Amino acid sequence: MSGVVITVDGRPVETSADLTILETCREEGLDIPTLCFLENLTPANTCRICVVEIGGSRALVPACSRRVESGMQIKTESERVRHTRMMVLELLGSSVDLSLTPLVDQLMDRYGAAPDRFDGGATVEEAPTIDNQLFVRDYAKCILCYKCVQACGVDAQNTFAISVVGRGFEARIATEYQLALPDSACVFCGNCFGVCPTGALIPTTEYEMRAAGTWDEDAQTVTRTICPYCGVGCNLDLVVQDNRILKALSPLDHDVTSGHLCIKGRFGWQHVQSE
Amino acid sequence: MDLRLMTAEPTAAERDAVDKVLGEPDSGWVGGLRRAVDGHAAVGGRSIRERRHQLLPALHAVQSSAGWISQGALNYICRRLTVPPAEAYGVVTFYAMLSTTPRPPRVAHVCDDVSCAVAGAGGLKAALERKLGPAGLGTGEVTWIRSPCLGMCDQAPAVFLQLAGGHDWAIGSAEPDSVVSGLVGQTPAFETGDSSDLHVSSGGPLLARVGKESPSDLGDYRAAGGYSALARAFDMGPQAVIDEITLSGLTGRGGAAFPTGRKWQAVADAAGPRYVVANGDESEPGTFKDRVLMEEDPFAVIEAMAIAGWAVGAEKGYLYIRGEYPLATQRLGDAIEQARVYGLLGGNVLGRGVAFDIELRRGAGAYICGEETALFNSIEGYRGEPRSKPPYPTERGLFGQPTLVNNIETLANVLPIINGGGQAFAATGTPGSTGTKLFCLSGSVNRPGVYEVAFGATLGQLLDMAGGVRPGRRLQAILVGGAAGSFVEPDSLDVPATFEGLGAIGASLGSGAVVVFDDTVEMPSIVGRIAEFFRDESCGQCVPCRVGTVRQEEALHRLIEGPPDGQVGLLNEIAAVMRDGSICGLGQTAATAVQSAVALGLVGGAT
Repeated sequence: MSGVVITVDGRPVETSADLTILETCREEGLDIPTLCFLENLTPANTCRICVVEIGGSRALVPACSRRVESGMQIKTESERVRHTRMMVLELLGSSVDLSLTPLVDQLMDRYGAAPDRFDGGATVEEAPTIDNQLFVRDYAKCILCYKCVQACGVDAQNTFAISVVGRGFEARIATEYQLALPDSACVFCGNCFGVCPTGALIPTTEYEMRAAGTWDEDAQTVTRTICPYCGVGCNLDLVVQDNRILKALSPLDHDVTSGHLCIKGRFGWQHVQSE
Repeated sequence: MDLRLMTAEPTAAERDAVDKVLGEPDSGWVGGLRRAVDGHAAVGGRSIRERRHQLLPALHAVQSSAGWISQGALNYICRRLTVPPAEAYGVVTFYAMLSTTPRPPRVAHVCDDVSCAVAGAGGLKAALERKLGPAGLGTGEVTWIRSPCLGMCDQAPAVFLQLAGGHDWAIGSAEPDSVVSGLVGQTPAFETGDSSDLHVSSGGPLLARVGKESPSDLGDYRAAGGYSALARAFDMGPQAVIDEITLSGLTGRGGAAFPTGRKWQAVADAAGPRYVVANGDESEPGTFKDRVLMEEDPFAVIEAMAIAGWAVGAEKGYLYIRGEYPLATQRLGDAIEQARVYGLLGGNVLGRGVAFDIELRRGAGAYICGEETALFNSIEGYRGEPRSKPPYPTERGLFGQPTLVNNIETLANVLPIINGGGQAFAATGTPGSTGTKLFCLSGSVNRPGVYEVAFGATLGQLLDMAGGVRPGRRLQAILVGGAAGSFVEPDSLDVPATFEGLGAIGASLGSGAVVVFDDTVEMPSIVGRIAEFFRDESCGQCVPCRVGTVRQEEALHRLIEGPPDGQVGLLNEIAAVMRDGSICGLGQTAATAVQSAVALGLVGGAT
């Protein structure tokens, strides 16, 4: 792809026309926050926290999906951008439980977000759905980023067990007719919780240890290894605490998995612990 | 695709309803009888998946036959079309007219939106609650539920009857007895649905035939000059047609006012196959002009689509009509059939060797599907969520192909432009707003209706045409452009109702809705209804709109009912994030009317 010159926060930047604004800005060392974006999924552009201001555009544009164009004048931290990011954080923080969302407190500080301004407003609070032994769906923590639907669908698994259901503030992630996961098309690959940014989808082990207060990230190590089940050669990142495998992830940039696994690589490690 | 279906089976009636739309299944793989060959040859793949666009028609068929969509029915549709049940369920739950739980088969959707509220929808709802029980809770054969604007503001209060087993029906000037008898009685034949309630005033070509020529007779239409424009367009050639549209200065009448000629040119310049989409999903509260055009002059809409197809090089058009327009749907369907019979649609239009045909698609109750990219998703069988732009429809629209999408009124303007020339069209109106415009006058006026005037008339002149407010009443405010528009006060009566005139006072023409409120109307409840409308109609995709519309409504209620401290500032902050950060026009304009009402002191007192 041809090179293009754009202006980012007043500085000329040479980049490539096949890159997005987000990719270009990250190459330039600029920290544009994201929530619904993940490198291994199609940008959903739903959270709107990555928006930037572009000269000539009435509304702000999402950096995650918009490709750069020659001559683009981009402001990444203008007043409008900062206000939108602050409000997105407040709208989410006041309606969703973000307690397991990594780094959200830093983001709140950075943009001066105070979700408690909306205390008493409607929330998406509901009891966790526990309908299988492998993972818990705690949709009170769901920001509707669409990542799990994409990972379950064409972006990775092609299983299509879940969808966004309903409309507006009532929209939720669900199976058809809210069937329990074991009765749905779900194959328990766990790729949905592999991409979940807020802990709404969480392995049962982690869920129970958090409830019991024994989940201790400081005491955990991550060991990279190769899954021994078949010949594909998926890389695994095994999260271990007290010599016990708590969950299996896969690196996003691994060219075999792109971060996704199957049920065996994701969950099949109980035998390792057997005495 | 690794398709895993549910275990539920359809009833015979549900299966029949689906088969009527999709045809009989031709193998055991898609729900039919198992043939010997099915044991060793699979049927499916791309050829079946490409039928996904029939999902919504199939859902409509089940809904209007059974009154709701059961697991068995949905499962059967999924098997027929190779659609994952979860995705299909996501689609069903997107639409207000479709139900995934059993409910009474005969449902009255009672409009209590801005115009109907002024016309006594509150009393109607209270009476229905006494007669039929609380909204949505009827247990027997009938129930009623609240509805957003039904596009019948000229006949407020309006009720849309969704009658499973019969055909849907809309009634104007509704009273409790007429609603109940509509629910329990015989559905009238469509032929008896006359236009006596129609109030139109033609000051130009768009409404010239309305009320004079039969909307059901192609012969009448041709005798009145119909299809002269298409013949002329064929003689001119595609580029000359586009040039004429460009010369006319015509801009989109759906609300965004984009130059029509530029859009046509962009589609014509893109590599095909191309599509033409007529946007008849008129849902902007206070707007009913497209309904009148589709009901009363359906052949004109079809002819204009054929001209558009010829000009941009498209052989297929889709006409997407909102689900709550049963009469317009029936008349358009009938008109398309007649046009096919007489060679005005099909493989050899007017005997000129040009191919163009139209498929009528019915929406299912979602304001957002009037947004062009949401409309594409709806036709394609996906949730009606807007797409991120760019790419624009002219590059990648319906089925990923270059698509010309125009509002119904915009298309209606094509005929006079081709017949009379773009220059003559541009000479009408003002330099910035050429041609005539259909204004929808409703609310506290003596003669609500559609008024066609050359651009340039002031709001006050429009109000006078509609007979002004009732004797002894005083004008309080006007909502211009619908729920996505702005309130203005009596001091704006001298403002020309043009794109530039309204733009100069920070308002916008939008779809041409002009809802009038006299001094007896309680404005806070009207403004609250608008906030509620956007909360209900947000698709839920992006955070600013999904949560912002909820927070806007909450803050507005506090402003009205207290404690009001700080709420105006909060509303301004919510408005900014919705305007700047939302994906589509719904979220970007969801605060406009509320903001204008607050600024004018129509809610929360003077600020």
